[in-house]
Amino acid sequence: MLESYIPIIIILIISVLFAVVNVNLSSLLGPSRPNKEKLSTYESGIEPVGTAHERFSVKFYMVAVLFILFDIEVVFLYPWAVSFIGLDQLKMMYSFISVSVFIIILLVGYIYVIRKGALNWD
Amino acid sequence: MKFDLETVLFFSLAVMAIGSAIMMITRKSPITSALYLILNFFTVSGLYLLLKAQFIAIIQVLVYMGAIMVLFLFVIMLLNLQDEKILKEKFTYRKITAVLLSIFLFCLLSFTIYFGFSGKFTAMSDKAVEIGTAEFLGSELFTNFSFPFELASFLLLAAIVGAVVLAKKKFE
Repeated sequence: MLESYIPIIIILIISVLFAVVNVNLSSLLGPSRPNKEKLSTYESGIEPVGTAHERFSVKFYMVAVLFILFDIEVVFLYPWAVSFIGLDQLKMMYSFISVSVFIIILLVGYIYVIRKGALNWD
Repeated sequence: MKFDLETVLFFSLAVMAIGSAIMMITRKSPITSALYLILNFFTVSGLYLLLKAQFIAIIQVLVYMGAIMVLFLFVIMLLNLQDEKILKEKFTYRKITAVLLSIFLFCLLSFTIYFGFSGKFTAMSDKAVEIGTAEFLGSELFTNFSFPFELASFLLLAAIVGAVVLAKKKFE
């Protein structure tokens, strides 16, 4: 049972190692001669004004929240895509109709978002 | 109790989950808290895998660790929490309500665990591995449980409309 997860564990280990090794390798191999001028914050050669922590526009949040909602819609389609071919004729038709209704209801939401201009940046 | 690989995995994941949850609520910086929450989601996804719920485990990674965390980080940046001191409040009604509700939740959980547990562990059935797959879930969800599935679409529709209505006012 657990043996089937060995490829996933190998991918996890490789990805974590890749990230950790590369981040540390650059600081190990690269020359490091810091001085006061180098370490100071600057923006285009000019002394910065205020903090870097600016408030973000709500537009970013809008895109993120709509992304999640349609992401959940797609998540529901994964099990459908996998199971569809294994069903018999009647159930195939039934599941097709139920998923169609699901998508049409969310299409209404999509049209609403587009018509309201919620994804327009300006 | 026998000490096989699954038991060891369960306890290490459980310790990691509790540890990351405690780290999440004690950190000062909200961004660090959010990153510990990602670690917590990851360990919970591992626990789902041990319960033979493969589909839920991968959804936990895709939706929670991926999408919901992006949303959390956006909210943190949107509110721009710089100094925790501003958020500190005195003994208010909200705090009393929070404490009372936490005590209520704690009692509810401990009663459920204490009285709901029959005292013996039952082994997981052999079919559990099949039930957790996306294939089985799909064949059940779209035929026998299509009504709750359609209700989910209405819930999502309500969320879409709500998000647009709430946020749209701000940038018009």
